Amino acid sequence: MSTQALDHTDVHAHSDHHEHHPETFWSKYVFSMDHKMIAKQFLITGIIMAIIGMVLSVLFRIQLGWPEESFPFLERILGKWAKDGRIDPSFYMSMVTIHGTIMVFFVLTAGLSGTFSNLLIPLQVGARDMASPFINMLSYWFFFTASVIMTYSLMIETGPASGGWTIYPPLSALPKAMPGSGLGMTLWLLSMGLFVASSLMGGINYISTVLNMRTKGMAMTKMPLTIWAFFLTAVLGVLSFPVLLAGVILLIFDRSFGTSFYLSDIYIGGEALPNHGGSPVLFQHLFWFLGHPEVYIIIMPALGITSEIIATNARKPIFGYRAMIMSLIGIAFLSFIVWGHHMFVTGMNPFLGSVFMFTTLIIAVPSAVKTFNYLATLWKGNIQFTPAMMFSMGLVSLFISGGLTGIFLGNAALDINLHDTYFVVAHFHIVMGSSAMFGMFAGVYHWYPKMFGRMMDARLGYFHFWLTFIAVYCVFFPMHFIGLDGVPRRYYAFTSFEFMNEWLVVNQFISIAAIIGSLAQFIFLYNFFRSIFKGEKATQNPWKSNTLEWTTPVEHIHGNWPGEIPSVYRWPYDYSKPGHDEDFIPQTTPYSETISSNIPTDFGIHEEPVKAEEKSN
Amino acid sequence: MNTMTVEQDKFNPRPVKFVLWLFILSSIMMFAGLTSAYIVRQAEGNWKIFDLPSIFYITTVLILLSSATMHYSVLQAKKNNIAKQQIGLWLSFLLGAGFLAGQYMGWQELIANKVYFVGNPSESFVYVISGLHGAHIVAGLLLMVSALIGVYRNISQTKNIFRMELTSIFWHFIDILWIYLFVFLLINR
Ligand code: HEM
Ligand SMILES: [Cu+2]
Repeated sequence: MSTQALDHTDVHAHSDHHEHHPETFWSKYVFSMDHKMIAKQFLITGIIMAIIGMVLSVLFRIQLGWPEESFPFLERILGKWAKDGRIDPSFYMSMVTIHGTIMVFFVLTAGLSGTFSNLLIPLQVGARDMASPFINMLSYWFFFTASVIMTYSLMIETGPASGGWTIYPPLSALPKAMPGSGLGMTLWLLSMGLFVASSLMGGINYISTVLNMRTKGMAMTKMPLTIWAFFLTAVLGVLSFPVLLAGVILLIFDRSFGTSFYLSDIYIGGEALPNHGGSPVLFQHLFWFLGHPEVYIIIMPALGITSEIIATNARKPIFGYRAMIMSLIGIAFLSFIVWGHHMFVTGMNPFLGSVFMFTTLIIAVPSAVKTFNYLATLWKGNIQFTPAMMFSMGLVSLFISGGLTGIFLGNAALDINLHDTYFVVAHFHIVMGSSAMFGMFAGVYHWYPKMFGRMMDARLGYFHFWLTFIAVYCVFFPMHFIGLDGVPRRYYAFTSFEFMNEWLVVNQFISIAAIIGSLAQFIFLYNFFRSIFKGEKATQNPWKSNTLEWTTPVEHIHGNWPGEIPSVYRWPYDYSKPGHDEDFIPQTTPYSETISSNIPTDFGIHEEPVKAEEKSN
Repeated sequence: MNTMTVEQDKFNPRPVKFVLWLFILSSIMMFAGLTSAYIVRQAEGNWKIFDLPSIFYITTVLILLSSATMHYSVLQAKKNNIAKQQIGLWLSFLLGAGFLAGQYMGWQELIANKVYFVGNPSESFVYVISGLHGAHIVAGLLLMVSALIGVYRNISQTKNIFRMELTSIFWHFIDILWIYLFVFLLINR
């Protein structure tokens, strides 16, 4: 094993190594194969994409809040897409589509998993780097190219893809269906093709690293929950993205070669198309077979990050470590058999619908287990309110609020009313969009010292948290009511229909909250970029945490540890252990050094024998 | 100092082999997606029925043979019989290329029977499924080329065996994959 082979090196061997391969600017910052640098590349690319996604959302929120008004500055920014200061309807559709695509895939999948899996997997399992650093580098560059193409598609003459982030045919399959269905859709497919390749390369690497390169003593049951979450996320990706690929390949043949997998009996301008015998619902099956696991691909890393941060900052062992792992595994498994809940109203056989309803409601159980465990961990903890901790608790709050509405939607009968309304928009923005974003913020605040060797400003962090937290609830909570009233999503103007008129005021409120919330993100950006250069220098273990990454030096070195990779002796959650003089015991501390605090369960001995004795008394 | 550097570069095949298995897994998922799409679509009716090209039976034999020669080649490599290893590899390569050519002829046969790529989805599916499998064959052939180059360049025995193992794992996989796909298409018409 390479880890073993590398174990025998010492500091000298390393400096020696460096002399042989002098690092240039290009090999260090650009085509880096070091997982820590690749993590930063993913993060910064993700942040840039997030800004683009956010600007798009502000633009369409302006349209939704004030559909009759004209904003001359829009014409200055958008040119022909906002003639006379009013956003063009088809560009509105484009913005919604690209906003969704960017946020779901580029920010919360690649930005989140790419950053933290890359940073933490080798550091927390005790490896010098990924299984294949080269594939890891490729993974980033595929993602980068995909991002460039997606962004470029915003600027082309005919506009970007406009059929929604789920790209249902026929809008996506017929280049003539709408302006964005032409070149825009082609670029979307190209970009997402590269993205899928990038995700697969990344995921395969993460899995292989976790399974093969753990340091001595790091049993699977001693891994931090972050690693479990990243690992299962990668498994979901490897199993589900290829199915999307299959669906997209068929879509490409329909678009460009005239096949009819998804198309049948369509008329454009009164003329029948030759396509015959296809089924658009087939695409939905293939899409949602990826799509539902994808939403868990987004949330599971955030949940893992939260587990770690909550335990560290509550100064308490995580409640129900094994239950946390089991519920992650349960969620991962179940997420493959619930996709039909996105298709209740496609004319699905009601019996099949009730099967999907059943599996969907079951998935609420492991999700609930996780939230209860978070709350139990917080209970009576010695809570350190760091910004990372605030965002983690924010995630728990959002995950509960959004999970509850999922249970409504999971009812096939209720979903007839709720499908494709703002209720769904509220549901997934809270449970997925915002909570995963909160998980990402939490991760950035918590591991910033590990990434950049400096601290972010805590006071700005609190400011950022409260503004964001309040804005998120103000934006998404009212949408439930709009949705219950039956207002459909993806409509250009609420003024065109009598019954939607009354919601205009609410929409204005939402838009104002969204704009304030977006402005609050500049606090984060300022804090983030300023701290890279001017932040307070970090100590080696600023949060007094147990996990391995805090045993590496603050200065980044190739191979992570200057000498041998440390061995691991205990689980990562020995916080506030009675009998120990400090309130944390790193995983690298052997039990022989903590005699005063050892308890039988540390050695796999459980309570039963004692109880049996009591009974015999 | 030198020994240490050497030890550092010591080559560890396990994670890389694992990467290949994961790639195979994702490939399986892609074909599982395609074949279940096939079944779902078939259940909706309006499905044209036709015969698969007869040459597909011959190509199936070819690829089975190539798996056997591939296995032979790996065994010889492990016994350090480089000459026989080469023969095995070349045979597998030729059989694999023959398979690919046969598949292409199969497409010609389909066209001659008026079964077109652009037609009823039942027809398109046969082309898409065999075509994507063919792409895997091309990748397998490239792996063989890299193993062959390794043999001629006299790379170290560990590396040679490593390349051979990767190639043969992948090759047996696409062999089994084809048999699955072929039987699937035969049964579900
Ligand atoms: C308590 C568990 C949950 C249940 C029962 C549930 C149920 C549902 C149902 C039935 C829908 C379809 C609504 C419709 O289109 O009519 C839906 C949509 C959605 N859910 Fe959930 N959900 C749950 C948790 C989650 C989680 C944890 C996430 C993400 C992390 C998530 C993300 C989404 C997304 C993104 C959509 C909308 C996709 C779209 O149409 O654009 N859900 N949910
Ligand atoms: Cu779902």
